Amino acid sequence: MSMLEQLTHRDRVFDFLAPVASPVDVRHGPILYMEGVNVSFDGFKAINNLNLTVDDGELRCIIGPNGAGKTTMMDIITGKTRPDTGSVWFGSRHNLLTKSEPDIASLGIGRKFQKPTVFEALTVFENLELAMAADKRILPTLTAIMKPEYRDRINEVLETIGLQQLRDRLAGILSHGQKQWLEIGMLLMQKPRLLLVDEPVAGMTEQEMERTAELLTSLAGKQSVVVVEHDMGFVRSIARHVTVLHQGSVLAEGTMDQVSNDPEVIKVYLGEEA
Amino acid sequence: MAVSQNWLLRPFQERSTQIFLGVLFAALVVVTFLHLFMPQDSALHVSAYTVTLLGKYLCYALLAVAVDLVWGYLGILSLGHGAFFALGGYAMGMYLMRQIGDRGTYGDPILPDFMVFLNWGELPWYWLGFDMAWFAFIMVLLAPGILALVFGFLAFRSRVTGVYLSIITQALTFALMLAFFRNEMGFGGNNGLTDFRDILGFNLRTDATRLGLFIATGIALAIGYVICRAIVASKLGRVSIACRDAEARTRFLGYRVERVQLFVFVVSAMLAGVAGALYVPQVGIINPSEFSPLFSIEIVVWVALGGRATLYGAVIGAILVNYAKTVFTGVMPDAWLFMLGGLFVLVTVFLPKGIAGLLKKRQKQPQTQEATA
Repeated sequence: MSMLEQLTHRDRVFDFLAPVASPVDVRHGPILYMEGVNVSFDGFKAINNLNLTVDDGELRCIIGPNGAGKTTMMDIITGKTRPDTGSVWFGSRHNLLTKSEPDIASLGIGRKFQKPTVFEALTVFENLELAMAADKRILPTLTAIMKPEYRDRINEVLETIGLQQLRDRLAGILSHGQKQWLEIGMLLMQKPRLLLVDEPVAGMTEQEMERTAELLTSLAGKQSVVVVEHDMGFVRSIARHVTVLHQGSVLAEGTMDQVSNDPEVIKVYLGEEA
Repeated sequence: MAVSQNWLLRPFQERSTQIFLGVLFAALVVVTFLHLFMPQDSALHVSAYTVTLLGKYLCYALLAVAVDLVWGYLGILSLGHGAFFALGGYAMGMYLMRQIGDRGTYGDPILPDFMVFLNWGELPWYWLGFDMAWFAFIMVLLAPGILALVFGFLAFRSRVTGVYLSIITQALTFALMLAFFRNEMGFGGNNGLTDFRDILGFNLRTDATRLGLFIATGIALAIGYVICRAIVASKLGRVSIACRDAEARTRFLGYRVERVQLFVFVVSAMLAGVAGALYVPQVGIINPSEFSPLFSIEIVVWVALGGRATLYGAVIGAILVNYAKTVFTGVMPDAWLFMLGGLFVLVTVFLPKGIAGLLKKRQKQPQTQEATA
């Protein structure tokens, strides 16, 4: 129906004719803009009037107790879950609520899952190959060839994530921490504008955590990064700007110090740990 | 090693494909030689009956390869591939019926016997064009292809996967079986299509034509195998495996999972159709029993026995099981189904990777050495 309605607006380019991959417009500041978003599952309000903006090039940490709606929020941004009401924009041009998961991914939103999800039956190299920004339609994929520049790019990322030695091994044999890194590497291959990273350091050793922190902070600036994390030490080490979610809406926002001194926050979240 | 740039040439560089094609062509040559040049009374003589039987096995092998492509590499357990096989078979059967001309029992130059018997005045519209070989051969691909396209489009778009998809494919083939059993459908009802005379001008009842069909089936199997291997060896093949193991992840990488599934499913259905089309002139009949859900399940058993996601395993499984079936249904007809079931259970428990898993294990040692060298 909405497609027919568009026909009556003669001044507009039809949505279905507009190139999907038109550049992300961030002249107005935010790269991600969520307003008045509500989602409920069988009467349970998972997201309750959520308002959130992330600026271009920002590194944002999102914390909150279990069930605060962090993962649901990522599902909404990546198109997996459709909100009941509200609007979600990527830059000021792309309305994410009208797009499918693959479209959103090719617009430049990459996602790392909470549980590391890599393709275990494929090698580390092949995992990165599939993630690479490329024409992902059927026939181009069928006839795709491994060009030297692609190989270089994959090797570059392999080096960044420290898995060069394991490039031809199946991803299934990797340790938990290595899988996390591989998934971050897959994110990098996508060359996203916005990275959504769900619990990147779960199951990592202290050392691995440090390297992850380094990597994520080095990405910010070029790309925008949203990190959801439970580990307060890790958040403290990377965060400049923290958002606290509670019961599906924003409870507090600010620097780590501001947030951790907020009495409300202490009551619902930090208090449990102290 | 330099990898070919052309996706269709890539399979020829793989050792498994080279071995497979080598064995297949050697078998074709040997059977042809033994059939033509060994005296009739020699123990080494291969009779025309055996040639046709082997041709039938090769049809099943191609069908099994098609099933392995969707099940092994895409994770879609189709329990309805018999439907695509039968549709290809019916398209071929309709061509063969029209070739009979006025040599049928009732001598009608246009109408097949069963239509004369049912007092039909003229040919139904969907029988038009089947007197031309090229049209019929295109329909062999299109009929299963279009069914797979429509069915797959609806199923994959709604993200139906796993057991539910298997059940729907089973229902699909069952529904088609019921439909084709009806005389009003115009496909010969429960008798199906039979009494074929010739194909492309060659008499189907001569040994030479039978040998020709056997060789054609072998070539079709080789081509089908190479096409499947090319898809599997391409980036699309790796995307298929990705869809099989982590569908949501693949979607978030920007791939349209439902289109990958649809593409591979349609290719597989068309290959099954070709297998059916080559099967019909060799066995001399096509009837609705090919649509039976049981047959589709049997195909899956062949693939499981041979070993999933190897392609050659499907070929081995199809040939071995059907050879065993020929032997044991001759000796103890009643015991065969129990044997098949027992075999399936044994393989699932002790050889989860099938017969191909045994072959692979033996190869593994030199392979890893190669990789490190």
